[in-house]
Amino acid sequence: METRDNQGQLWEVFIQSKPGQAFKHAGSVHAYDKNMAIENARDTYTRRGEGTGLWLIPSSEIVAVTENEAEYFFEPADVKIYRHPTFYNVPEGVTNM
Amino acid sequence: MDLKLKYYLQIANNALILSHRLSEYCSRAPFLEEDLANTNVALDLIGIAEATLEQAAILQGKGLSGDDLAYRRPENEFYNTLLVEQPNKDFAYIVVRQFLTDAYHVAFFSELTKSKDPFLSALAYKSIKEVTYHLRRSSEWMVRLGDGTEEAHVKVQTALDSLWKFAKEFFKETDADIFMQNMGLGADLSKVETAWNQKIREIYIMATLKYPPLNDSQVYGGKEGKQSEHLGHILAEMQFLTNKYPDAKW
Repeated sequence: METRDNQGQLWEVFIQSKPGQAFKHAGSVHAYDKNMAIENARDTYTRRGEGTGLWLIPSSEIVAVTENEAEYFFEPADVKIYRHPTFYNVPEGVTNM
Repeated sequence: MDLKLKYYLQIANNALILSHRLSEYCSRAPFLEEDLANTNVALDLIGIAEATLEQAAILQGKGLSGDDLAYRRPENEFYNTLLVEQPNKDFAYIVVRQFLTDAYHVAFFSELTKSKDPFLSALAYKSIKEVTYHLRRSSEWMVRLGDGTEEAHVKVQTALDSLWKFAKEFFKETDADIFMQNMGLGADLSKVETAWNQKIREIYIMATLKYPPLNDSQVYGGKEGKQSEHLGHILAEMQFLTNKYPDAKW
């Protein structure tokens, strides 16, 4: 029995639920190459009509903030509430804001 | 037997039996994503089988259902090709069997869209989207394995050499094929074969496999109901519940 990991590389899956909307992270799949990645994502995440678009990105290509960096990356913003656009009124009928 | 009915059963039985073989593989694929993908293909195929069997039951006009045609028929009344009932010997066999069948389905349903039978042309238009995707997947596996490691290449070449003798039964005309073709209701199998050959050849070259295969002799019989021993085992399992509890309901 094969015991080493032979599932291929990890890819992150992003789905667009409707044309024009932003792609959202849905999860990840294993695959050996780009074609296989997008097919596996299709078969794993869009079987029930969830999407109209798919993006696949090798997980290893993602640049992320580490836990150690989080403190000085994000916490300074916590005390600057004046940066929130809460002083505007959103016109009626505007969606997707 | 009604030739039109037989034609419907040929289509339905290929899809049903291949679907059953793929469902046997459920939970046994090399990894999760492949497992899901394979069972998706099985589900698409059972959709084709179900729609066609329901229509066949109506054609037959004996008050039977599509389920009756699947679960209450003996093996000599199944008209699938010998290829689709071949066992899941290893992953390479599954890929090769799928590829040969997918290439047939794409070529066949493309031709069947021209049918004057409204059900068959509608079935063809609907199915072609599904089987085109199946063919894309199985073609890529052929190339990935054939042009992959030495071990993968040997395995896929071995599976191909072993299954090739069943590959061309799709194009062996039965009386039903000839009748339907002459009436403008069935697909022109010589055109289907030409398109199939082209695809097979293209993928063989990309996959660095030997083309044409060294031994081109063919075995026929399935489309006439002369099945190999494998179908009996498949039906024993598939029809077990109906045989034991004939009128069982959910």
